[in-house]
Amino acid sequence: MANPLKGEVMRLYKTLLYLGREYPKGAAYFRERLKHVFMKNKDETDPEKIKQLVARGDHVIKELEALYFLRKYRAMKKRYYDPEK
Amino acid sequence: MSGRVLVGVKRVIDYAVKIRVKPDNTGVVTDGVKHSMNPFCEIAVEEAVKLKEKKLVKEVVAVSCGPQQSQETIRTALAMGADRGIHVEVSGKDYETLGPLQVSKIMAALAKKEDAQIIILGKQAIDDDCNQTGQMTAALLDWPQGTFASEVTLDGDKIKVVREIDGGLETIKINTPAVLTADLRLNTPRYATLPNIMKAKKKKIANVKPADLGVNLTSKLEVLRVEDPPQRQAGMKVETVEDLVGKLKESGKV
Repeated sequence: MANPLKGEVMRLYKTLLYLGREYPKGAAYFRERLKHVFMKNKDETDPEKIKQLVARGDHVIKELEALYFLRKYRAMKKRYYDPEK
Repeated sequence: MSGRVLVGVKRVIDYAVKIRVKPDNTGVVTDGVKHSMNPFCEIAVEEAVKLKEKKLVKEVVAVSCGPQQSQETIRTALAMGADRGIHVEVSGKDYETLGPLQVSKIMAALAKKEDAQIIILGKQAIDDDCNQTGQMTAALLDWPQGTFASEVTLDGDKIKVVREIDGGLETIKINTPAVLTADLRLNTPRYATLPNIMKAKKKKIANVKPADLGVNLTSKLEVLRVEDPPQRQAGMKVETVEDLVGKLKESGKV
């Protein structure tokens, strides 16, 4: 793995792992899938390809943050706001 | 205005956790249960940090009252952008009886001590659903209040607040210093990312005791009993309209 990109990949993995703790299907489920996906690409050497994969990972981070926000927002709205309004 | 904002954050049982009542009906099970920052408090912190990013206020101070674990909640606020934290240590029996009146006395004392211009709180906590702390704090300080805020605009030394009320929205203009409470649609709280959490470890959290602030924590309220809501009756299916009318007549509803 190209050295400067190793830092990026580690950052991505740690961030996703941290976010995965709140995953609705459980942290363990998420961690397994995460590890599987990273392992699948571990022999990639082309820096361009790696950058693309990291970008995809960053996209997943945004999707997870949006998921968590929406879940919470909808739960609060359902609990505290009159559906007839 | 380049004042200081005090934001109150409360550590509550996470919103997604299924609440279980203790077998002795004195409260709910909290041991080993996931806790996090009250969702409305997250919105309050976000609003305060946004004001600082717009350079309308100079410092955001996150405050939490509770046992040691409340520091985690303050750390989350720091990771979201608060500058420093104040942990008002309340534990044991005092924590069990800690309610809006006691917290508002603490917030009022801190507001004076820290010379705050604005206090932002969540409109209510999802565990006790009191919706009182903001209002009581404003009353104790004799400050105006903008509660159920869905939009906050600083205008010179005044604040324009759009409030969510039954039947629509109300816009008011209040003087500062003031107390605001955040409603659901005020903003979208940012997620405390890992690098921000790491950076937040360097920020200071001061430790304060209620006695240092001259606050008496005695509560005049006593919890008599906590129990589950009544079980929802299972619905019944009927084949025809006649059946439905028959069943309604039977149960005395028609």
